[in-house]
Amino acid sequence: MKVLVTVKEVAEVDDEFQISGLDVDDGSLEYDLNEWDDYAVEEAVQLSEADDDVEVVTVTIGPERAEETIRMALAKGADRAVRVWDDNLADAGFLDVDTKAALLAAVAEAEAPDIVFSGVQAGDDANGATGVALAERLGFEWAAVVNDFELDRDADVASVRRELEGGVEELTDVELPAVFTIQTGINEPRYASLRGIRQAQRKELEVRTIDDVGLDESVLESPVDRTDMYEPASEGDATYWEGSPEETAGELAAFLRDEGVVSS
Amino acid sequence: MSVLAVAEHRRGEVRDVSYELVTAGRRLADGLGGELNLLVVGGDVDGFAEDLNRDGVDTVYTVDDGEEFNHGIHAAAIERLHADLEPTALVAPNSVDGLDYAPAVAQRLDVPLVTDVIDFEVDGGGIEVTREQYGGKVETTYQVDADQYAVTVRPAEWPQAEDRGDAAVEPIDVDVGGESGTTVNGFEEVGGGDVDITEADVLVSIGRGIEEAENLPLVEELADTLGATLSSSRPIVDNEWLPKNRQVGQSGKVVTPDVYIAIGISGAVQHVAGMKGADTIVAINTDPNAPIYDIADYGIVDDLFDVVPALIEEFGGDPPEV
Repeated sequence: MKVLVTVKEVAEVDDEFQISGLDVDDGSLEYDLNEWDDYAVEEAVQLSEADDDVEVVTVTIGPERAEETIRMALAKGADRAVRVWDDNLADAGFLDVDTKAALLAAVAEAEAPDIVFSGVQAGDDANGATGVALAERLGFEWAAVVNDFELDRDADVASVRRELEGGVEELTDVELPAVFTIQTGINEPRYASLRGIRQAQRKELEVRTIDDVGLDESVLESPVDRTDMYEPASEGDATYWEGSPEETAGELAAFLRDEGVVSS
Repeated sequence: MSVLAVAEHRRGEVRDVSYELVTAGRRLADGLGGELNLLVVGGDVDGFAEDLNRDGVDTVYTVDDGEEFNHGIHAAAIERLHADLEPTALVAPNSVDGLDYAPAVAQRLDVPLVTDVIDFEVDGGGIEVTREQYGGKVETTYQVDADQYAVTVRPAEWPQAEDRGDAAVEPIDVDVGGESGTTVNGFEEVGGGDVDITEADVLVSIGRGIEEAENLPLVEELADTLGATLSSSRPIVDNEWLPKNRQVGQSGKVVTPDVYIAIGISGAVQHVAGMKGADTIVAINTDPNAPIYDIADYGIVDDLFDVVPALIEEFGGDPPEV
């Protein structure tokens, strides 16, 4: 059995940041494994620990810098990794959902997984759409926003819970092959062990170009173009208490007493 | 140049986001100079169509198939109606269910999709949409140049359409095409227990800024000192530092206390959805750009590990060492 995990390296913005052109200036960004994908990797690794014949492969669209993130997923227990990148992708800048789904689908078709785990969304652009779009491209079943996953290998069915709004969960059976978008909290992602980090250096990390995965540059064509990025005008009209912690705490305490929240 | 908007219901009720969709959809239809058509699939479709008959809706199409949401039936129904109406814009809610079908439907229809839209402007042959990025720290605009496109709109961003309308109701038959590989077996409420944070007058609410479970006694002491109830944002519950019944937000509880003290909470949209109805919001956060300050009434831009002990001392308490 093969499990494919989509792994994205996401950018996080510093407290103080600059925007240059259509994105945050690279000097104000720090890169990390997407939080949702961390849970997706853990869910896959747990399956491979439960059964010896489960292979876990990660797939990433990203530049060489992303290999640090990919090695982290390998250190946590993924068996090998595929990274899709080339000069055309580097020049393309913003990639829309359709382009990402097409690239991932090309890799998935070659890998022929039984299960695909994808994060519910990426922390940076938060589309929340790539996993389900991927499922449709592959002709797989799917379930979005999964926070519990039980696999019945004999029946080729996964019994999952979808986390709906307002503390309600949907209990759903999904026939494999299928894509599941994984919600945070589904498990407790492990930290990579030193042994795992050493082993990860020797695991296969293959780089494929758009051409290698069997597509051409037209995959980058998109009717969706980013036209602006800006800091939103603050909608807030908060009153700020300033000064030392003792002073600001004093202001807050006075407010709470005035409100009658605290009588002491 | 019409709009097709897909309504949402669950367990016998039309969800509020559907009425927001009417408002957003009508605005979009006005921009395009066309009709606003709704689609509702499954459940008591006649009753739902009656509920959804709000001012600005031209026709409510109903597909009487299944009781609850099933993405296979939804996708088939949308595909069929989309072929008939050829709408310029397909609009779905950016809800958990919306994100379970909209990306697949957009692929199937070969139309571009932009999700979680907070604003839009119809111009010329396309649409310019606004969305947030990097956890709400920036906004971005995207130009979609296509004759047909799909968007999902963020819940609670548009007001609900309230006035009664005079829409036509039109049932349609859809052949779903064989058995679906996805079967919904039921629902379960989670997050019960002995504490009901929705009843609290004062909530001391903590987020990622607390850093470690070992630091929880600090905010527990503050809640005790104030006679307040402790609640949290999602990461605290994901880490199992507090039980699910303490979670404020889209997938947790919606709270409306007199005072909400957000400590080390950045204010992600999913969290804000659960607490923006509080009478007074106080935020303590080191990041002056945190979105929580957009809705806070009072702010302290400082380290919670300095402010919270000082606050406990203000009320004669003894802050624990963390």
